[in-house]
Amino acid sequence: MSASGNNNNKNATTDVVGEPIALQQESISLWQDAWIRLKGNKVAMFSLGTLIVIILASIVGPMISAFNYYSNDLMNTNKAPSSVHWFGTDNLGRDMWVRTWMGARISLIVGLAAAAIDLIIGIIYGGIMGYFGGRVDTIMNKFSEILYSIPYLLVVILLLVVFEPGLGTIIVALTVTGWITMSWIVRGEIMQLKSRDFVLAARSMGASAGRQLFKHLLPNALGPIIVTVTLSVPSAIFSEAFLSFLGLGVQAPVASLGSMINDALTGWNLYPWRMWFPAALICLTMLAFNLLGDGLRDALDPKLRK
Amino acid sequence: MVRYIASKFLYMLLSLFILASATFFLMKAIPGNPFMSEKNVQPQIKERLMEQYGLNKPIAEQYLQYLGNLVKGDLGISMKYQNQEVSQRIADTFSPSLQIGIFAIVISIVVGIVLGLIAALYHRKLIDNVAMIIAVLGIAVPSFVLATLIQYIFALKLGWFDVMGFNEPSDFVLPVIALAVQPIAFIARLTRSSMLEVLNADYIKTAKAKGLNGFTIMTRHVVRNGILPVVTYVGPMTANIVTGSVVIEQIFGIGGIGRVFVDSITNRDYTMIMGVTIFYGVLLMLARFVTDILYVLVDPRIKLSGRKGS
Amino acid sequence: MKRKSWLVLMALVMAFGTLLAACGSGSSNTGTSGESGDGATAAQDLHINMSAEPPTFDPAQAKDSQTNTALRLMYEGLTRTGTDGNPVPGVAEKWDVSEDGLKYTFHLRDNAQWSNGEPVTAEDFAYAWERVLSPKTTPASEYAYQLYYIKNGQEFNEGKVKDFADVGVKVVDEKTLEVTLANPTSYWLGLTSFYTYYPVNKKNVEANAQWASKADTMITNGAFNLTTWTTGQELAWTKNAKYWDAASVKLNTVTASLVNSGATEFSSYQSGQLDYAGAPTGEIPTDQIPAAKQQYPDQFQAKGIASTYYYLFNLKEKPFNNLKIRQAFSMSINRQAIVDNVTLGGQIPAYGYVPPGIKGNTEEFRTEYKDSYFKEDAAKAKELLAEGMKEEGYTTLPEITLIYNSSEAHQKVALAIADMWKNNLGVSVKTQNQEWSVFLDNRQSGNYQIARAGWTADYNDPMTFLDMWMKGNGNNDAKYDNAEYDALLKDAQASQDNAKRMEDMSKAEKILVQDDMAMMPIYYYTSVSLVKPNLKGIVVDFSGAIDFTRAYFQ
Repeated sequence: MSASGNNNNKNATTDVVGEPIALQQESISLWQDAWIRLKGNKVAMFSLGTLIVIILASIVGPMISAFNYYSNDLMNTNKAPSSVHWFGTDNLGRDMWVRTWMGARISLIVGLAAAAIDLIIGIIYGGIMGYFGGRVDTIMNKFSEILYSIPYLLVVILLLVVFEPGLGTIIVALTVTGWITMSWIVRGEIMQLKSRDFVLAARSMGASAGRQLFKHLLPNALGPIIVTVTLSVPSAIFSEAFLSFLGLGVQAPVASLGSMINDALTGWNLYPWRMWFPAALICLTMLAFNLLGDGLRDALDPKLRK
Repeated sequence: MVRYIASKFLYMLLSLFILASATFFLMKAIPGNPFMSEKNVQPQIKERLMEQYGLNKPIAEQYLQYLGNLVKGDLGISMKYQNQEVSQRIADTFSPSLQIGIFAIVISIVVGIVLGLIAALYHRKLIDNVAMIIAVLGIAVPSFVLATLIQYIFALKLGWFDVMGFNEPSDFVLPVIALAVQPIAFIARLTRSSMLEVLNADYIKTAKAKGLNGFTIMTRHVVRNGILPVVTYVGPMTANIVTGSVVIEQIFGIGGIGRVFVDSITNRDYTMIMGVTIFYGVLLMLARFVTDILYVLVDPRIKLSGRKGS
Repeated sequence: MKRKSWLVLMALVMAFGTLLAACGSGSSNTGTSGESGDGATAAQDLHINMSAEPPTFDPAQAKDSQTNTALRLMYEGLTRTGTDGNPVPGVAEKWDVSEDGLKYTFHLRDNAQWSNGEPVTAEDFAYAWERVLSPKTTPASEYAYQLYYIKNGQEFNEGKVKDFADVGVKVVDEKTLEVTLANPTSYWLGLTSFYTYYPVNKKNVEANAQWASKADTMITNGAFNLTTWTTGQELAWTKNAKYWDAASVKLNTVTASLVNSGATEFSSYQSGQLDYAGAPTGEIPTDQIPAAKQQYPDQFQAKGIASTYYYLFNLKEKPFNNLKIRQAFSMSINRQAIVDNVTLGGQIPAYGYVPPGIKGNTEEFRTEYKDSYFKEDAAKAKELLAEGMKEEGYTTLPEITLIYNSSEAHQKVALAIADMWKNNLGVSVKTQNQEWSVFLDNRQSGNYQIARAGWTADYNDPMTFLDMWMKGNGNNDAKYDNAEYDALLKDAQASQDNAKRMEDMSKAEKILVQDDMAMMPIYYYTSVSLVKPNLKGIVVDFSGAIDFTRAYFQ
């Protein structure tokens, strides 16, 4: 499953970047420009640093511990943090340090993959809806509305029956309807922008639809898009947690931060470390994503670029 | 306008038909039936039940029959809850979800926009950072954690509210807060970012240069233009919130439609699944419809879609 | 511009403030209402929680424990379950049993009446039972088999006997009911307190097919009447003044919230909103059990119930078609560690299938026949696994998949057991949770290697556990097939000699567990609950079913 997810990802990327070839020279300077301004933003850089640390820790963290994420120790259940178990143990005596970082790994993979897929599908779909308007918009909009209305749980259950339950299936399940919100945001932005002077000017000068869309419309809509992306990472992570809440998330003993918090919740007042470590990590991740998103928004703002 | 609304309405009917069909076949494609429990039902009894509920007929026949009843406005009888009208159960359980939902929506729109505006006006100042940290924390804490925490603190430890139930006005407070926090954060961020964009736009600069007063600029230009992404988000959000949150309903013991829907899927209560899906579909489409109308009202430059075409 | 924007902001902030104030004023009401709730508790008003709304209030349709709890409040059968677990007179004042144990004559009490004041008659019982058995009843009664003990009951239900007059239920006069059984059955009398045997008001049911779908159209004969029914939210019962034994009923009202969260239920108990929490209507979260035990030592109860938790092997497919491999898996786990550290509810490790609490000949079956069918022994298990693998031609055992239905408790047990297998046998086992219906579908169609299962007694006899393993039984999901086993059980079913029956059934159980290891017993359930110290008179029967009708606050 995850392999096919990757393929989608790749194809869609080439579509986005590949079409306006003529732009490449300019885009490079655009990104360089943005990077320079991002570097000047301390909060954003700090967030980026935090994210890198979290990603590294989720890779290295489990390696430097003597424990693994699945072995039980029934004699040492629900032990508070100590020099042996740095983050304590859970209700099967599993080491929380290792599980927290493994959980972070899973949550990051789920969140980033789902957000990336949502972004790509959402931009293309929403861009087409917003740009062409009229009948194309109506039909595509109806389609997304219907898809959005189909009971999500039915889709998830069917996916889990048809495919092997696991990470790939969860990501697919999250993106089946996850991209729709993004496409609506893009559509709204494009509809608003397309009657602006600079777009009309470009059109009158004979710019192709693709050029108008990718050169003029999308860059101007980047602000809300980036905010939506930074918000769709947490939303994917929480959707996975919600599926865990219903027993349809990642398969135990593999855990995500969301499923760990969910497991810890019934006893959180007795064994607070089982909830606080994953919860703090999820908050920190979200905070970093959001502040970085803000920084990116500012750095990419075409109006500030002049 | 009348033509516009009429065509929208026709599209809605068509969408509902497609939605109902898709859900029907999807629902039949997943394993299980309404008569399952840890103890197996004897084969001949199960056969009799399938026959009595018309589940032994070919799928196509069941489908046509269902559509026929649907056209007559008959959502049928629940297969899990004996002799209970699907429409009645939906009405009964939608009421608490709607009441809590409306409160949560109003609060999240007001608080979200205010926070977003403040942050945008004081861009990169302390107040902006504080507002955004509040907003980010709102997004960063999963609703089931937040709900559990506020239940523990305000109901169990401080005893200000009941732990569960839906009898008194005070029973609204905790679930509404738990429901509203995430949308508040979302709306605040959307408002901020889109306001910032508008504030930097040429026509605002022009307006300022022309010496228009700040209030006029704010209300006529900035808010009006900056609010669009929020409107886009609020439409589906409204539908999402009033359709009930299983998590919140479960934690605060509210007999809302969110839980009914999840239960109907677990129970394979086919008529109930269809009923709630169609009901949700109508709600969502109405929300989108209202959003489109709002778009036109907020920004006259947007042409009504569906009319231009040919 | 700056100044003016301040104004706008102020206006918005004030609007927000008003909203907050509105919320604040809402909250000030609670303190007083909470107190009045506490005050009401002393006034014989019971508050319980049910984790699901009962799907029906029609005894003929009932099949789950929530409905069981609700109907016990509202109806009374010929007998009731007494505090000692034996049947005591209910609607029937007394009864005579014929020498051959086939014919029961029930004499109904004169003052037994329906909530509308009509007398409860023998005809109401006969009608109710005909409704359960009749193939024409819509929807068909899933628990009709509970009435198969009655002569021609099964034949009538299957349509082989057309006339209900041929079924062994005879209305002698208004207050006398004569029942003829197909075989003498020692435990049948106890079944007359079971919901499928409840009477219904014939006139009311015939007049209104929807009678059970609204609180005000139900006519019942038990201690309480359903007075409030808020869909998905709350059920409330009020004492039935017309009940013949109303003098023994001390509670005025029973209110059940319908919350499907153990954590919320436990918090509500702590805050005083509930007087009773836990099984069978709800649950105490496993993580909270140690704390609950410590915090409320006088209120915490863990009562053994006749129910067994076990894993099914797929006997038809490799590798679990091999006896030695099954034995290896069963012997290599540590049941005591599981009940002590994982389930935490005082469960009892199971080495047999019939749980304690089930009657034997003179004492409990489990006391008369110990469940020492096998011993846990990791070293021996490893040898057995090696031998078994050799027999099946494996050099390494492929990864095994264990399925269970989504639930925190099942997940914990599955993970603990999989880890023990990994450590003790060196086999890798994948645990997979499945959505309830998907899980049942897979288990019933044999699409599994190892699957979780649990079985609760329908009646108080070992047969309720053992007959499901007979060839062709609808609940034999493992497709177990052993002619000797079937012969022993058929022998027991036909016999009237209780000592011999028990002997036969114990031999059968030995074949099932010791010789064939057809499944892997794990533990015997307990019913974990919290009861307010001044709440007395609750009766929990052998199967864990609960009766609140005689409960009261001291």
